[in-house]
Amino acid sequence: MPGLLRSTLVGLVLALLALAIFGPISNMILWAFTEQWYFPAKLPQAYGFAFWERVFRPQGNAMVSLVNSVLIACMTVVVSLAFAIPAGLALGRGRLPFRVVFLLLFLLPQAFPSLAVHMNIARIFYTIGLNGTFLGVVLVHALQGMVFSVWIAAAAFGAVDRELEEAAANMGARPLRVFFTVTLPLALPGLMASAIFVFLISLDEFTGTYFVGVPDITTMPLLLFTASMEGNYQIASITALLLLVPSVAFMLVIERFLKSDVLAKVGH
Amino acid sequence: MISRRTSLLLIAPALVLMAVLFLTPLGYSLIWAFREEEAGRWGIGNFTKAWAFYSADILFSLVIVTLSAALIGALSIAIAGYLTLGRSPRAVAVLRWLYRWPLFIPFVVAAQVMRTFLAKNGMMNNALVEMGLLTPFQTASYLDWRGIVITFVWKQTPFVTLLLAGAMASLDRSMIESAQNLGAKRLRILFGIVVPQVAQTLMVGLILSYVMMMSVLSVPMMINAQQPTMLTVDMAWRINAYGDYGVANALGFIAYLMTACVAWGYLRKELRDRTGEA
Repeated sequence: MPGLLRSTLVGLVLALLALAIFGPISNMILWAFTEQWYFPAKLPQAYGFAFWERVFRPQGNAMVSLVNSVLIACMTVVVSLAFAIPAGLALGRGRLPFRVVFLLLFLLPQAFPSLAVHMNIARIFYTIGLNGTFLGVVLVHALQGMVFSVWIAAAAFGAVDRELEEAAANMGARPLRVFFTVTLPLALPGLMASAIFVFLISLDEFTGTYFVGVPDITTMPLLLFTASMEGNYQIASITALLLLVPSVAFMLVIERFLKSDVLAKVGH
Repeated sequence: MISRRTSLLLIAPALVLMAVLFLTPLGYSLIWAFREEEAGRWGIGNFTKAWAFYSADILFSLVIVTLSAALIGALSIAIAGYLTLGRSPRAVAVLRWLYRWPLFIPFVVAAQVMRTFLAKNGMMNNALVEMGLLTPFQTASYLDWRGIVITFVWKQTPFVTLLLAGAMASLDRSMIESAQNLGAKRLRILFGIVVPQVAQTLMVGLILSYVMMMSVLSVPMMINAQQPTMLTVDMAWRINAYGDYGVANALGFIAYLMTACVAWGYLRKELRDRTGEA
């Protein structure tokens, strides 16, 4: 009997946890498809897609920030990888003096509350005309993602089997050819993970865009924030849902990209 | 192997990027905190002003973030502990699938989600009323300090749990099994054997979460519309309303100090432990 009692208790705790996790999310999903929901109704009085049409109207504000977000995220991935692949190669395979110091330097932004840094970046960018430009926002997002892109790239290159490279070299391949035909393809899943990470960080970034982007550049998180503060819960919830889908999808597939041999090397 | 010179050349662009985008603004933030622009001199005027206006908010931030970190720590030990020591494989599988959902959900989305869920007529109160646990007149809005703590815990627990569960999974099982054979209760095994060995991972996860929570602007802005509020809101307000970088940077400096204290406390304990072992 105590066994039965115990499993009932475990089931109850799991159910409560599920409620705590999915309750808030389902409330948001309800709002995203609500057309009318006035107090004291417990559930929406009318459902529909009217607000979705408003979000996806080609010339609407929402569509502009959606396109901005995706554009900025793609540009951030390109910029980040352009810096992170060489750095990761040096950290993963090179002979670097003070390697640990370099590795930790990339972690440093996570050790300081980022808002205080962002407002000063905005002040500097303002004087050199980068405030309110795509490049400015992309650079701030790239900084946010730097530790992930560099560390994962270093781990991905570090996990490449050296004997395969040596075999290629022994058969007469030049170093550059070895890199492009052996090392890079083998490190690719890890680099993909790093790219997805950076894409997601850029897509979700709020504080940096808040200081550097406004008023000219709005992204989805900023649209969500403004809509929510104005009390427009439908638009806010639809935007939140659009941001939620890639985050959850990534959570579900991350283990496929970040294999344990790479994961074990992150930060080492 | 790549030669030393090539390695340095390869890492150089990333280092330049870090210097320009991070170290320079960080340095500026430290220097400008001591610049009294109206008076045109250097001094601690910004700090006295920051303390006079925002001392309540400084304490508020400290309490909120510390309380959230404590709750995150307790919950993540419970979840990771069950994942490691749980006897029912099905319950473990369900829990493993369940706990990570909020892992990558951005703070701004978490804030919006909680803003509707925790409101006076939000889903949580409605559900409690439907279940007969509350009457409609007893419902209260949780959109205050409690809302901030709930949002932080909801969003950050999966992250710390993920780190902790990973560390627990790589522990040597033989010690746990021999304790089990000697008849030790699982709670005793958890706190006597497992947690001490993953304490370092737990601290790293909690410190990273502490810093993250100290930097979040959207959650306190969207959840807690009253005073006192968190330092991030004050910093944004000083800049957007007054263009006052002096006081904003002084507040930033105080936020750095608060996180530095935590990191320093951790480092000192680590050093003491390691020298104690030697």
